[in-house]
Amino acid sequence: MTKTIAIDGKTIPFEDGQTIMDAALAADVYIPHLCHHPEFTPHGSCKLCSVKVNGRICSACTFPAAEGQDIINNSDELNGDRKRITQMLFVEGNHFCPSCEKSGNCPLQAVAYYLNMLDNHFPFFFQTRQLDASHPDVLIDHNRCIFCTLCVRASQQQDGKDVFGIAGRGINKHLIVNAESGQLKDTDLDAADKAAHVCPTGAILIKRTGYQVPIGQRIYDHHQIDAVSLAASGSRPSAALPPFVAVVAEGGRHGR
Amino acid sequence: MGGKIRVATTSLAGCFGCHMSFLDIDERMIELAQLVEFDRSPFTDIEHCGPCDIGLIEGGVCNSENVHTLREFRKNCKTLVAVGACAINGGLPALRNFIPLEECLAEAYLDGIGVENPQIPSDVELPLLLDKVHPIHEIVKIDYFLPGCPPSADVFWKFLTDLIAGREPQLPYELVRYD
Amino acid sequence: MQDFIASVVAGHGYQPTRLMMILRAIQEQYLHIPDAAIAQVARLLAISLTQVIGVVEFYHFFHRTPRGRYDVLISDSITDRMLGKQELMAYFSEKLGVAVGGVRVDGRVSLDNTSCTGLCDQGPAGLVNGLPLTRLDQARVDAICEAINAGKAVNEWPSEWFAVADNLLKPGLLLNAPISGGAAIQAAYHRGLPETLAEVDQSGLRGRGGAGFKTAMKWRFCSEEPETERYVVCNADEGEPGTFKDRVLLNSYAHQVFEGMTVAAAIIGAKRGLVYLRGEYLFLHQKLLDMLAQRRQSHLLGNNILGLGQDFDIEICLGAGAYICGEESALIESLEGRMGIPRNRPPYPVSSGYLGKPTVVNNVETFLAAAAIAVKGGDWFAGHGTDKSKGSKILSICGDCQRPGIYEYPFGTTIQTILDDCGADDVLGVQIGGPSGTFISNQELNRKLAFEDLATGGSFIVFNNQRDIFKIVQNFSHFFAHESCGFCTPCRVGTALLKKQVDKIFDGHGSAGDVVALEEICQLVKSYSHCGLGQTAANPVLSTLQRYPELYQEKLKKISYEPGFDLDGALETARRMAHRNDAAAHLAQIGEDHD
Repeated sequence: MTKTIAIDGKTIPFEDGQTIMDAALAADVYIPHLCHHPEFTPHGSCKLCSVKVNGRICSACTFPAAEGQDIINNSDELNGDRKRITQMLFVEGNHFCPSCEKSGNCPLQAVAYYLNMLDNHFPFFFQTRQLDASHPDVLIDHNRCIFCTLCVRASQQQDGKDVFGIAGRGINKHLIVNAESGQLKDTDLDAADKAAHVCPTGAILIKRTGYQVPIGQRIYDHHQIDAVSLAASGSRPSAALPPFVAVVAEGGRHGR
Repeated sequence: MGGKIRVATTSLAGCFGCHMSFLDIDERMIELAQLVEFDRSPFTDIEHCGPCDIGLIEGGVCNSENVHTLREFRKNCKTLVAVGACAINGGLPALRNFIPLEECLAEAYLDGIGVENPQIPSDVELPLLLDKVHPIHEIVKIDYFLPGCPPSADVFWKFLTDLIAGREPQLPYELVRYD
Repeated sequence: MQDFIASVVAGHGYQPTRLMMILRAIQEQYLHIPDAAIAQVARLLAISLTQVIGVVEFYHFFHRTPRGRYDVLISDSITDRMLGKQELMAYFSEKLGVAVGGVRVDGRVSLDNTSCTGLCDQGPAGLVNGLPLTRLDQARVDAICEAINAGKAVNEWPSEWFAVADNLLKPGLLLNAPISGGAAIQAAYHRGLPETLAEVDQSGLRGRGGAGFKTAMKWRFCSEEPETERYVVCNADEGEPGTFKDRVLLNSYAHQVFEGMTVAAAIIGAKRGLVYLRGEYLFLHQKLLDMLAQRRQSHLLGNNILGLGQDFDIEICLGAGAYICGEESALIESLEGRMGIPRNRPPYPVSSGYLGKPTVVNNVETFLAAAAIAVKGGDWFAGHGTDKSKGSKILSICGDCQRPGIYEYPFGTTIQTILDDCGADDVLGVQIGGPSGTFISNQELNRKLAFEDLATGGSFIVFNNQRDIFKIVQNFSHFFAHESCGFCTPCRVGTALLKKQVDKIFDGHGSAGDVVALEEICQLVKSYSHCGLGQTAANPVLSTLQRYPELYQEKLKKISYEPGFDLDGALETARRMAHRNDAAAHLAQIGEDHD
């Protein structure tokens, strides 16, 4: 007999070892997320995928699915709080969408659209952060890093390298690279690496590609992130989406 | 309801792009004109804001004059709206927040390339710069936010028609853009 | 430097798990961790540079730029503040000619704040080159500054400057009758290990760190894991401000703690035990190492303990200034040589802990109690306390009372009884369980010390009626923002926002909506944070807001909004550069025409 969980009243099958997020994505149910990517070890840090499991708040991307779980996902209360958590990310970093190449292809922005975020709600931190433009093909703009560690994990788990890391504590956290100089050019990162394409914000960008698709014709200009995310995870046919979506949506599929 | 809705608009540290986008409602402006009357606004050249129903603020707060203008609007407008990226998060002018004001002023007036007769302007008529550009909700209470750089004409239209009709303004997914 | 580092790393067997100890040695030698050292350590341990940098930047006691040859840290706990810490700090700073947080130009001395040093009963306290300074006053500061300016080595300073008293004022069930060395091990084997586990179960012992998980259950879960390489870890990272009982237990009852670990190891089948000693307790390190050596000589550790066939040994790892490492999975990460970031759970440490192996992590006091239970039986222990909270609790009492120190009470004792014993009158309230616990007002003093009423890991801070609630809350909120590991959004950003919002209201810039905004941040941080730190970081605000809503409201101006930053101050640079000071060159914080 198949084991099942219920998300917002919908019965969903799962297999042992699957998280709530795994089961949901497989069953065409979108749970907002930023630090999660189906190809990498779950991290559980952004907390956008917080759901209520039998009344208790859990991160869907790390919490194992178990028989009999009654899960609330798409409620006004949770989406309201997810919006607040997204606003926290916006005021912590320096996210100026009009001047960002990633705008329109940016999951952070798209999640905010999805949650109908119209303002930033909290006071800004305006932290001074740096750019690392040393690498010939890849740029790091620390202003936009949300510490999801997707680049860290992609580099370790897919590229077989170890280019990125997170250092510091609390609000002083920051992205670092594996080079004595501290500069990206002195790492073995290649522009074709998964780690260079997986960033859910404009923090890691491939140089000279930013405006190949004009603003207004980009993924989230025409598709909600729930549809894009489900298509990218394979539960929905991506035929409904333009061909470039599969490439950019969950950060590129190089070498596949 | 009796009489027309009074609307005031201004641009603080902004580029007037939001105002231009507002004008892009094109022929709907005629319909809007049946319903609203403009108070202080670049559309009217009225210098100071009188009592209004709605105030639309474009741009962030970069200097002391912006603070005074914003306060004048807050005092006179029943509903105050942050319009566009700069009003909401400081926008492009806020990119200077990561360079000390001292360096900005020195570069512009003292030791930048091509500066002649270097001096910091000190006329009392000139507003002084704040050390950072702030979104307007950090200075006064804001009732609604219209994101976008600029918000599209449809955003203005949807928002104003909702508000004038007494509906809680709602922006559907396709109207919410930050760029 | 290369040779020094090579020998340090070799001395630790090239084990990445020893990274914290390696960095500690380098910090001590070079007053910081130089970039070249980071690279060399990473190479020698075959770990990534990013891991080493991550660890160096995570812990408060490691630095990437040099500290002074005398590194003075002053405890910024609320009790130190109540004893005049701020004035003393200002005096220190002036006298030494160094800014707080800075290093003197000649590189001789550096000065900074640090979180609670576990010396609240003898503050204001601090650390110099990692060693505790107690009962600081102006005269002592004068003498210290003189010694520093004269270049006198710290080990030549008068020993009374470093005197740490136990202040054991009310021993009870456990502290009155320490067991003799080997008694618990022998009793456990004599009775039988499963039977001894049954006794621990019967005793009703629950974790003494504050969370109160049943100890026997934890041990059983661990022993039932299929993986047979298992570990016992003693959590001696008591960082909760106001707690210092583990310091006293390790100073005067360490044998019994080690004995409890040994019994636990016998029951769960562990061959190695680790004590994670908070960096602030460096002064206990050598003493504990000596005791371990002594236990080995007495066949209480090592191979075939007491001829009973048990092989078990204990090592000590030092922390380096991170409150979060008191969280058991963060502690394990730190033991493995990484940043102290709490793991996702499940799996829990009992199934996947140290090095991914089944691990029991217990508080110092839990092991102390377990050893006594192994000797005297479960019924003895369960005969004290309440139905749901058996036995006794050891408290660290400090703040506004005549006799701060260590007190042991059976669970169920009323707060009033405790206050009477420690000499506290004119009480405004008591912070039970430290900043992460609960503030109770003087209307609730007949409440009881118990898991089912007021649980505490040991911290018990008394405030008298002259104290300002807001100063307490402000200090606690700053503490959490400082100690957040930064892993998850709600805690990383939320505790920083909470700090800002608390400052805005308490500094008198709050307006109508600001308490609501404060509560909203509190709920987000509490509900969505990854671990106990974030989940409790809003407690200082929430527990005082619940009890004193009118005080919060009084702080708010009768206006709809006021900026959270100093508007006029934001014009200062422009004013100075334009040489202006006319009326138009200033801004009022609130518009005069404000509604």
